[in-house]
Amino acid sequence: MKRTMILIVVAALGVAASGCNLTRVQAYEREDLSKRSMQLPPSALDARLDDHTYFSKEAARGGRGGGGGGCGCN
Amino acid sequence: MQLNDTAQLRRSLAAATAMLLGGGQAAALESAAPWDAEARVQYYSEKDRVQIVEGVVGVTHQAAGGQSYGASVVLDAMTGSSPNGAIATDSPQTFTRPSGSGSYETAAGQTPLDDTFHDTRVGLDLSYGHGIGDNLHLNYALQGSVEYDYRSFGASVGVDRDFNQRNTTLSFGLSLNFDTSEPVGGIPDPYGFMPAYPNEKDTIGVSDTKLVTDVQVGVTQLLSPRSLIRSNFVFGLDDGYINDPYKIVSVVDPVTGELVSDADRRYRYENRPDSKARFAWYNAWQQMLRDNDVLRVSYRLYGDDWGTISNTIDGFYRWQMTDTVFFEPHLRWYQQTAADFYRTSLVATDNPEHVSADYRLADMMTYTVGLTAGWDLNPTSELRLGLEYYLQQADPSDVIGVQAQQTLIEDTEAIMVRLGYGLQW
Repeated sequence: MKRTMILIVVAALGVAASGCNLTRVQAYEREDLSKRSMQLPPSALDARLDDHTYFSKEAARGGRGGGGGGCGCN
Repeated sequence: MQLNDTAQLRRSLAAATAMLLGGGQAAALESAAPWDAEARVQYYSEKDRVQIVEGVVGVTHQAAGGQSYGASVVLDAMTGSSPNGAIATDSPQTFTRPSGSGSYETAAGQTPLDDTFHDTRVGLDLSYGHGIGDNLHLNYALQGSVEYDYRSFGASVGVDRDFNQRNTTLSFGLSLNFDTSEPVGGIPDPYGFMPAYPNEKDTIGVSDTKLVTDVQVGVTQLLSPRSLIRSNFVFGLDDGYINDPYKIVSVVDPVTGELVSDADRRYRYENRPDSKARFAWYNAWQQMLRDNDVLRVSYRLYGDDWGTISNTIDGFYRWQMTDTVFFEPHLRWYQQTAADFYRTSLVATDNPEHVSADYRLADMMTYTVGLTAGWDLNPTSELRLGLEYYLQQADPSDVIGVQAQQTLIEDTEAIMVRLGYGLQW
């Protein structure tokens, strides 16, 4: 488990570092990126409801966000 | 434009921070309108089991000077039956209710379900964000959630830092939640027996607590004028009372697999470890295609020191049919390995340190298929309706003797219907 976590952290840092080499998107090119449909997530309330459902029914959680409270005892 | 774009990114990142606590309505806003409100009502229905109605309303205000304020309220009501952890047998079974005030029966060959589940939860989230200079933004959030037998209160802070002419944003978040479990009938003695009614179970108190800590590091990178990626790594630690106080495990003969004959020693309350260290690595890619269609794909790897490893792949395709109407199919696949201490049933001669028969800790795969339709009623308001089907398929840890004649873990099927409304002004 410890080795897996170390590999994951290294990979995550690699993803972060790779961003520095990408072509820059200029401010005037961001009209599409500013649309609601291009937000991550497009709707935080939808993401919240999804996460709370899966938090209550599955062992894994986190990453995108939390479960929104509650014991998930169902 | 750049200010608006930056504000957009801020909202998403602020949402990621706030969502550590379950808030995050800030990300829902798109336009430069100073006020934005969203509402969702969801009906979740499992076949012959739990029914939940959940409503959420969130409001966000973008003030001058880069400050933002957010508040959301959630209300949900749950009724129905939930598996209590015991296995189906070839004869009827009787279980003592959690309150100790009665009993309920399960017919032969049926999965034992506790039909006393009904609860109402109320939650409130508050958030505030502000900038420091051009490239640094701070977010704070408070969260509270109360239901009949459970309370959760928390706080979080997040920092976002832009680099690379705002093509790259690094984020850091920390959240703490303090939860109190006060189950009906008290906290059962972990690993203690559920005696036959009217005998009373042993308890270790009326309530117990747990501290949940999450640390998140993330990066968001623009790839092109129509695509971006995000990668988050979350490390979490749950410390305290983590048992589900209503779950039991059947105690069986090691050869025949039948329940032991002593009615006061047939079922034990589960006993999970009192801490769990976990990580989640979440990666999302979003690409706008022709005609403003959007493809959104994510992958999450999860692991914890209970032995569970999980993979989740989630995909949406937003088909922008017209300028004001879209359809969005959704597919999700989830897989997990069992926790080390998961046992479908407990052999009477075994005495493991920890045990749980909660199928949510078993080897499991789940599938979600859904479709959402959205309409822009006018430039400042939208309506959406979604329908999803959810299937859980879990495997027992082992099958002993006569247990092979039973379905030890039934598939769980659920339907989710969600109605949403958004308004900006």
